Amino acid sequence: MVTLNDLKTIGQPNWCPGCGNFPIWHALKSAIVETNLEPHNVVIFSGIGCSSKMPHWINTYGFHSIHGRPLPVATGARLANNNLTVIAVGGDGDGYGIGIGHFIHAMRRNINITYIVTNNQVYGLTTGQTSPTSDKGFATKSTPTGVIEMPINPIALAVATGSTYISRGFSKEMKHLTKLIVEGVKHEGFALIDVLQPCVTFNRKNTYEWFSERVYKLEETDHDVTDKQAAFQKSLEFNNRIPIGLFYKETKPTYEDELPQIKDIPLIKHRIEDIDIRALMDEFV
Amino acid sequence: MKNNGLSWKIGGEAGYGIMTTGLIFAKICSRAGLHVFDHTEYPSLVRGGHNTYQVRADADEVFSIFRSVDLLIALNKETIDKHVEELTSGGGIIYDEEKIPLSKDDVGRKDVTLYPVPLNKLAEESGGRKIMINSVALGSSVALTNFNFEMLSDVIQDVFKRKTKETIQYNIRAARLGYDYIKRTRKDRENMIVLKLPKIDRKRMLLTGNEAVSLGAIKAGCKFFAAYPMTPASSILHFMAAQERKFDIVVKHTEDEIAAITMVIGASFAGARAMTATSGGGFSLMCEALGLAAMTETPFVVVLCQRPGPSTGLPTRTEQGDLKFVLNASQGDFPRFVIAPGDVEECFYKTIEAFNLAEKYQCPVITILDKYLSRSHKTTEKFMNRVEIDRGLLLSDEALAKIQKFQRYEFTETGISPRTIPSQKGGIFTATGNEHDETGYISEDKTVRIKMMDKRFKKFELAEKEILEPKLFGSKDAEVTIISWGSTKGPIKEGIKLLDRDGIKANFLQIIYVSPFPTNKVSKIIESSKKTVIVENNKTAQMAGLIREKTGEKIEHKILKYDGRQFYPTEIYQLVKEVL
Repeated sequence: MVTLNDLKTIGQPNWCPGCGNFPIWHALKSAIVETNLEPHNVVIFSGIGCSSKMPHWINTYGFHSIHGRPLPVATGARLANNNLTVIAVGGDGDGYGIGIGHFIHAMRRNINITYIVTNNQVYGLTTGQTSPTSDKGFATKSTPTGVIEMPINPIALAVATGSTYISRGFSKEMKHLTKLIVEGVKHEGFALIDVLQPCVTFNRKNTYEWFSERVYKLEETDHDVTDKQAAFQKSLEFNNRIPIGLFYKETKPTYEDELPQIKDIPLIKHRIEDIDIRALMDEFV
Repeated sequence: MKNNGLSWKIGGEAGYGIMTTGLIFAKICSRAGLHVFDHTEYPSLVRGGHNTYQVRADADEVFSIFRSVDLLIALNKETIDKHVEELTSGGGIIYDEEKIPLSKDDVGRKDVTLYPVPLNKLAEESGGRKIMINSVALGSSVALTNFNFEMLSDVIQDVFKRKTKETIQYNIRAARLGYDYIKRTRKDRENMIVLKLPKIDRKRMLLTGNEAVSLGAIKAGCKFFAAYPMTPASSILHFMAAQERKFDIVVKHTEDEIAAITMVIGASFAGARAMTATSGGGFSLMCEALGLAAMTETPFVVVLCQRPGPSTGLPTRTEQGDLKFVLNASQGDFPRFVIAPGDVEECFYKTIEAFNLAEKYQCPVITILDKYLSRSHKTTEKFMNRVEIDRGLLLSDEALAKIQKFQRYEFTETGISPRTIPSQKGGIFTATGNEHDETGYISEDKTVRIKMMDKRFKKFELAEKEILEPKLFGSKDAEVTIISWGSTKGPIKEGIKLLDRDGIKANFLQIIYVSPFPTNKVSKIIESSKKTVIVENNKTAQMAGLIREKTGEKIEHKILKYDGRQFYPTEIYQLVKEVL
């Protein structure tokens, strides 16, 4: 049995006290323990940003990559060894800004990756600039007179792109979030877990209190997670009421399922010595 | 005209199957036992424009196309206008008299033979589509060059094997009509080009640099290939994709080049040999990730098929303008291998070596080609089916179990650390683009930083000792030493033959390993040379600059070409003579 103790590394998170990343970190570790995944068969990929340092503080294999690219790095690893449990973590700037192209393509690919986006609606590590999910009018160092654009709606985007597991968690609801991650990891296909993650230093608007007043759990309503139209309707709610929980789920073949060459054994297990190319060379005669 | 060799060229609008027609003719020559080198020129569009395909076939090995043409197939008037001056004395033109009424006065060449063939009429007669004028012209070409028709029909069947039976039949019928027309109307055999065919002992392959790179990758055990299409690299993607199920490879056409290279890094991190291929624009997008691979010490191979820049430049033409770019791409100081194969055979073996070097030294390897090498076919002996696979310090589970405290970035004597892959118990680590300590944990400590930088560069001290010396072709006491890299090798070798005929002794220093640079050997060769000339397909003599940087030696003379076209042997010959 894997315990939380097994997941300890030599370091401790250096996030600001009260940072919304702490509960996400705990929830992810709890989810690994709950699903009893062996740490050496798990890889956590991340991009750049406060939350992207997370792999250093969970004792699984990890890859702290470059800004916006955790999904393609994770995709490559998952295709090379489809026995691995692959999790990607990154912030809203990382995933919905610089990396949004990869986000969309990973969803339409339905590759078996669990993607946790720590969405604090602001750039933290670069000390407080607007993010793609900042509210319209939000004043930051890079938008002193307020953001002009409308925010990205990741949930609506995921519904439109054909993601097969679409959910939203909230840092303050750690147990609820853990369950979303557990289900996401178990889900065969791409799983999005967008997490409302208050930044206590640079976002004085979307605070714990601000969210607490607004969030409600979808599972406490009669929301049907197999109804795509309903999921889309719910995804548009981000005002006085903000739904968290599972928006949508469906079963579809994964990208890996469609590749006969990795059906029986993963790519890395194929012997690479003595590959016979003689017949292939004959084709050039 | 009797000859040991033949230079054949077809020209016409895009959309008339120029490429396929050229390949079929090249294959016939190769199967007949001749050595072949071919080359295609086309603008960046799908229909229209002026396309050519040139084949040079000879009883002796050929390394390049020549400017001169013996037999020109003109599918349109433009082909005649543009290329008639390239015809050799005694050469001929196959064309459709009904479409292009022509007399010797019109072409302005009394020394060439006109071979009017009703291409369009015969194509119509064959029952096929209009496009089959190319097959008619093929039939006529084969009749004039004295190959037998069965050879042509066999090659048509092989090249069109993925087409319908009907299409194949139409093409063979069209070719037959073109063949018979020549045989019937041209009884004056003296006018024809009669090739003396050598006896064949074994069949050679006819393949491009890109195909040789792909074969090398498959042979080396590349299991993951990701790329975004970009001329002239795309044919590697096409080839790998066509083979993925047969050889248990996953090939991914990604959303962009950033995804291609980062997927490759992910796959390699997970333990698969992985490669990507692109041209300059795509490589520009890959730069940041190149540094990530260097920092995380993740092996991988990137093939850069150059084309003229800056920006979109001349998308379908050739240039060697990216050498300094690849040597310096991405922020910060880090070692990388840069290997420049000069011909098809080197494309194969150097690709295998690229994979071995990447894993042995746990760093990026860039193989640099250009359009001329990527897309030109050359006849080559079959490659060895037995090659060495060196995975470096990738630990087996047994070896890992014996290590008390595994550290992925452990400081060692060589700078190379033991490596594990996910799923290995006891080998857990986090790779990071940040500076890190021996365990992989982020560190900004001054001492750690210096030691890690030194560790990464230390690997290259060993690599420098291990890489092969550059090749010097020709006699040591030559009057002039030509120095170059990459695809210019072919024209230079042919140019040296021409110089030799005039009694001028030239030798050729080919630099294959650009990084690490073989400084000592290059210095010695330059010092002992009577005269040095650099030949490069670029504006600024980038290799000459690198040689100056590394050795302090200044190359006296420069032969540079940057019109988007490759060198002809005669250009090398003439320009070297001017230097002397």
